Amino acid sequence: MRFTDIQKKATAEWQAWTGSGKPRILIGTATCGKAAGADAVVAAIKDELSRRNIEASVTGVGCIGLCYAEPIVDIQKPGGSRVSYGNVTAKIAPQLIEDCLIKNDARADLALGYLGDRPVNGIPKFFDTSVLKPQVRLVLRNCGFIDPENLNHYIANGGYSGLAKALSLKPDEIIAEMKKSGLRGRGGAGFPTWQKWDFCRKAPGDQKYIICNADEGDPGAFMNRSLLEGDPHSVLEGMVIGAYVMGASKGYIYCRAEYPLALERLALAIKQMRESGFLGDNIMGSDFSFDLIVKEGAGAFVCGEETALMQSIEGKRGMPRPRPPFPAVSGLWGKPTNINNVESWANAALILQKGGEWYARYGSATSKGTKTFSLVGKVERTGLIEVPFGIKLREVIYDVGGGILNGKNFKAVQTGGPSGGCLPATFLDQPVDYESLTAAGSIMGSGGMIVMDEDTCMVDLARYFLNFTQAESCGKCVPCRVGTRQMLAILERITRGKGKPEDIDQMQRLANTIKNGSLCGLGQTAPNPVLTTLRYFRNEYEAHVNEKRCPALACKELIQFYILPDKCQGCMICARNCPVDAIRGGKRLVHVIDQPKCVKCGTCLDVCPEKFAAVVKVSGEKVEVPPEPIPVKAGK
Amino acid sequence: MDAELVKILAPYVGQKGALITVLQKVQEKLGYLPRELFPDVAKICRVSVNEVFGVASFYAQFRFTAPGRHSVKVCLGTACHVRGGQRILDGVERDVRVSSGGTSKDGRFSLERVACFGSCALAPVVVVDKDVYGRMTPAKAKDVLSKYE
Repeated sequence: MRFTDIQKKATAEWQAWTGSGKPRILIGTATCGKAAGADAVVAAIKDELSRRNIEASVTGVGCIGLCYAEPIVDIQKPGGSRVSYGNVTAKIAPQLIEDCLIKNDARADLALGYLGDRPVNGIPKFFDTSVLKPQVRLVLRNCGFIDPENLNHYIANGGYSGLAKALSLKPDEIIAEMKKSGLRGRGGAGFPTWQKWDFCRKAPGDQKYIICNADEGDPGAFMNRSLLEGDPHSVLEGMVIGAYVMGASKGYIYCRAEYPLALERLALAIKQMRESGFLGDNIMGSDFSFDLIVKEGAGAFVCGEETALMQSIEGKRGMPRPRPPFPAVSGLWGKPTNINNVESWANAALILQKGGEWYARYGSATSKGTKTFSLVGKVERTGLIEVPFGIKLREVIYDVGGGILNGKNFKAVQTGGPSGGCLPATFLDQPVDYESLTAAGSIMGSGGMIVMDEDTCMVDLARYFLNFTQAESCGKCVPCRVGTRQMLAILERITRGKGKPEDIDQMQRLANTIKNGSLCGLGQTAPNPVLTTLRYFRNEYEAHVNEKRCPALACKELIQFYILPDKCQGCMICARNCPVDAIRGGKRLVHVIDQPKCVKCGTCLDVCPEKFAAVVKVSGEKVEVPPEPIPVKAGK
Repeated sequence: MDAELVKILAPYVGQKGALITVLQKVQEKLGYLPRELFPDVAKICRVSVNEVFGVASFYAQFRFTAPGRHSVKVCLGTACHVRGGQRILDGVERDVRVSSGGTSKDGRFSLERVACFGSCALAPVVVVDKDVYGRMTPAKAKDVLSKYE
């Protein structure tokens, strides 16, 4: 079948779905939706529809990114706008169906916003709300809008037109288009994509490989997972285009085993591509042939490093090797190889669909286009976002993210995962692009953005990251293997209140050695969390070392919990919930925590009724409490 | 190696670079990698037994002891960490009397700490078998685990 015929058929199917004359119900059923209970909501909605004999289409879609409001259900009545509802539980779903579809009540109280041209009474336009207004959805354009398991949905929205165009061009022309777009690698380092492609294209060799790095190992990042779950074909289309440019006949997708749904969707998408002639021999009737294989990662952070990743595909331990030779010359099985991140591939497809100049209109002078981030941590609205480069951190955190959770104060934002750093409030008005993040001592990374409030201890956070990199160090080179371990030992000492005054300088020296002496990116960037927290939050280190105090009240060994005798009402809730029976007291008796027995889990603080607020957490302070339970003062 | 496993692994005999996939298939079938199977795996992949052990011990996914009836994974990714993941792990270790990496004495749970599930927006997260539980507290995690026998 010719591509125009495929497109016609796909468009017809899309129109039949969107304008069927039946109500449409879309439910976010990506991993995060499922975690929030989307499957139960789907079942409840289907039950209600069949009980009331309502004919409607129910479709699982990818993540629209508003994870804080999951499970999200969208309802569109024939001819009307689509309305998104947040926090829909299996309990309220039947009522929502009844109200919307039978009683004609759009339930503005549950609605997040409407999508479409026709305003709905009392409901804001979704893309005018503060969470979506600053966002520009290029890569994520289909996520939440198409059925990710339906190839025709992708094609009807411009899918594979980029590949069709690419196959009509010469590889040089495509590289020129990529150059115009200004696309830089989305895996973190920000190397110009066109150049990387060009190196591999020009490398001599009969057999070449391309790889998609979907080993999203940064803790706190899930952009690639969401994209693979919500719109797998966009990534795969980019890969076929890249393979055509570089003359590769085989491609690998290296995806983490922790992403079962993404793996499932990839396998299905590849099968669909083969059936429709987008993969295999003579792709779309051309003389270009290419095939794709999915490789499941086995859990090693270092495999995000390109040379380690290739070792892993070869079935070996994922240990990096020195470069040069660069993979473009000698990569997988010793052949010229090109590796790009999931988001880079998806962008490549989009650039071919819409043109390089169109793409370059977005973003800043040196960083073109958009970037997806997983905005998580202590923000009100956690989720997956896509913003143009050059946006201010403040807009991301306060407008899109809705500010800090529970009205607390912003302390820092962490970008770049274990290789990145923590930026304090003074950077809130800096633009988000490759250069300014690097200048601040952090990196763009693949897009993890973790917001921290006053309750996060920066020393503990540095310890957390070092614990991670130390465990994930492959052990090949000494600066990384031994250095990170020593640095972790110092950080552990400091967070336990056993730090020595010379520790801080010692750590600085170690950090420089690790940075300069390590073989691969994992080691070279491992000290970044320590260096940035030392640079911006040195006072917190000093409080731990000199005063044996944790200002954020986070380091377990440096905090104590007390029950205030003038506030405790002797309700016994904390005593009943204490997992180690460390709280003594009885009805109408002031409770007392047995300090040596306390494991500092904080449960008593969680469960003490807000109106009493009798439990306090302190560090370096002494709180006067009775040694034994005493009666609650009369008259209270 | 039992006949069923031999059949599962048949497509990989002598295939270049298949060692990790073969180990994954074995673990998928048996729940862990029994050491006595390493010589057979080595033969299938045309590598030394040393190489098999080297690769198996390098990757976090592989385990060498039989798992419990339910697998409990507590996420300690950055988002979970800043939202109290360590408290959840401490709580689970206390409640089911097992330290991370181990299996409880009654064989009910094996507990692991995991670097990130990618469900960061729902942090802190606990995964039991294939069910994902978000927005956990130590008390909620205890309730969740009580549902599994």
